[in-house]
Amino acid sequence: MEAVFDRPHALCDVPTHYCPGCTHGIIHRLIAEVLDELDIEGDTVGVCPVGCSVMAYDYFGCDMIEAPHGRAPAVATGVKRASPDKVVFTYQGDGDLAAIGTCETVHAAARRENITVIFINNTTYGMTGGQMAPTTIPGQITQTSPYGRDTAMQGYPIKICEMLAAVDGTAFVQRVSADSVPHILEAKKAIRKAFENQLNGIGFSLVEVLSTCPTNWGMTPSAAMERIRKELIPYYPLGIYKDISNQSK
Amino acid sequence: MERLLMKGNEALAEAAIRAGCKCFFGYPITPQTEISAYFAKNMPKRNGVFLQAESEIAAVNMVLGASAAGVRAMTSSSSPGISLKSEGISYLAASDLPCVIVNVQRGGPGLGGIQPSQSDYFQAVKAAGHGDFHLIVYAPASVQETVDMTYLAFENADRYRMPVMILSDGLLGQMMEPVSFPDTEIKLPEKEWACTGHKHRRTHNIINSLYLQPDMLEKSVNDRFMRYERVKSECTLSEEYLCSDADIVVTAFGASARIARSAVDSARKKGIRAGLFRPKTLYPFPETELKASCRNASAVLCTEMNMGQMVYDIRLILENTLPVEFYGRTGGNIPSPEDILTQIEKMNRRIKGGALSGSSI
Ligand SMILES: Cc1ncc(C[n+]2csc(CCOP(=O)(O)OP(=O)(O)O)c2C)c(N)n1
Ligand code: SF4
Repeated sequence: MEAVFDRPHALCDVPTHYCPGCTHGIIHRLIAEVLDELDIEGDTVGVCPVGCSVMAYDYFGCDMIEAPHGRAPAVATGVKRASPDKVVFTYQGDGDLAAIGTCETVHAAARRENITVIFINNTTYGMTGGQMAPTTIPGQITQTSPYGRDTAMQGYPIKICEMLAAVDGTAFVQRVSADSVPHILEAKKAIRKAFENQLNGIGFSLVEVLSTCPTNWGMTPSAAMERIRKELIPYYPLGIYKDISNQSK
Repeated sequence: MERLLMKGNEALAEAAIRAGCKCFFGYPITPQTEISAYFAKNMPKRNGVFLQAESEIAAVNMVLGASAAGVRAMTSSSSPGISLKSEGISYLAASDLPCVIVNVQRGGPGLGGIQPSQSDYFQAVKAAGHGDFHLIVYAPASVQETVDMTYLAFENADRYRMPVMILSDGLLGQMMEPVSFPDTEIKLPEKEWACTGHKHRRTHNIINSLYLQPDMLEKSVNDRFMRYERVKSECTLSEEYLCSDADIVVTAFGASARIARSAVDSARKKGIRAGLFRPKTLYPFPETELKASCRNASAVLCTEMNMGQMVYDIRLILENTLPVEFYGRTGGNIPSPEDILTQIEKMNRRIKGGALSGSSI
């Protein structure tokens, strides 16, 4: 019988610890498919963050490094500078990339480090139990914004793609979503491009993926997908925010 | 072997490059400045990487990445910057990653000052970051020793897969002395654990410090502490000077040992049997050697450029068998040999008058 659908080679055959309906799993698969398609698993070093995906080192088949909270772009810089022939990617949540690691993120972008950053925006701190994140939208209830995020008290969300597009060093920034088949296909294309850019020496490429956290949002998986469409995409519009890949070729 | 007149900081950087350091990551701070500047100038010409990071936090994590990729990597800073690096140092230790970290100490706490100090002894030896771990800590006392210890630091970092610190200070970093660089050829060890891409020839390598099962975490810490036992028996270094008949043993490390040595010489000229014990590694601490140096002593004087830090270790090791007193200056002030001589003389008078005594060991 011909197999028409299989686990990508770059995704290890192990159970993951992600909650049912969490889109971390979908995004892992997309990355692994790209590593397979570009045939780069054997030359890739992944850097996982502190957050729900902290154990991604057990899930991806390539060599993996677990970084301190927020420091993945600096760790990736060290790997890439030490071995420029390796493909280096980071996989980071919003607390990791947009709060504690903002400095490392912005400066890796400004230096146009030739790395690929996959940024999982689920508008909350998943691993620690659903606290307010830098991307929590106004009015959103979390454990530490129990009355809804009040911008007068707790300020405004950070829109990473918009912000990084304004940094000269950034080569490619796109926001995609994991809520539906068409969006997932779009996300796959963006991730592939972010890796191809690195292979072509184009430089810092970041893909933000709007992702769900049904557990901490207190929603069923399908309601969580619906929330992305109803609440998040209007606040965080999808699209390419910057792309210099044509100019520099 | 050629002799060159070099500043401590520059000699350290040159030694690191010769010892095979491939990547240097740093953030500007006085008084370690010349180290970064030397790398900035020389790494591009010598096939190495120099990168000025956005912070000490980023710099130490770049070291983590480069070390995980299997190359010799280092960072340098001065006291306030080392505080920022401590998170990364803990992760490096916990991930069994070799690297070299240089602290050219300045006065603290807080922003402190930019003059020489030794007030980061506790930080280097006891609390370089959170969790159960140690660094090998070298305390050079001359420019030549800075060079020699830099070679040793890279070698032992790789041998024991652990971060190594060179605890220098503003005085040693800035002083110029003649040095020579050993022309031994550097053999870089194979690192089969490194993240170099598996090429489908092996299973994936993972560099990690997370263990959610207490038993697994305990085992990883225990394994590391077994390695520290080897470090203790193979890496401990010290120097004793005129200790065999010494009545008063002065203990000092790094720059303050230079000053203490002159004071010991002056005391001898005045007929006081003084000696100097100098640990060259602060971790592992030369415990047996210290006890041996104090075999004929009536009292110990510990001098440091801080408010008294190593003195706690001296007292612990001597287990109250001898009176151990402390003399120090801090804030960037350097004690003079006369200051220390005065302390030795006072101590001598009290010993002779019977006011200072302890059982011998
Ligand atoms: C220095 C430090 N501070 C805090 C934590 C606790 N912590 C663990 S995961 C996490 C938040 C992760 O949230 P996010 O990056 O959004 O990823 P998610 O879990 O949602 O995937 C925090 C604060 C830590 N491990 N280290
Ligand atoms: S807590 Fe949220 S982000 Fe984490 S695995 Fe569960 S659903 Fe996913």
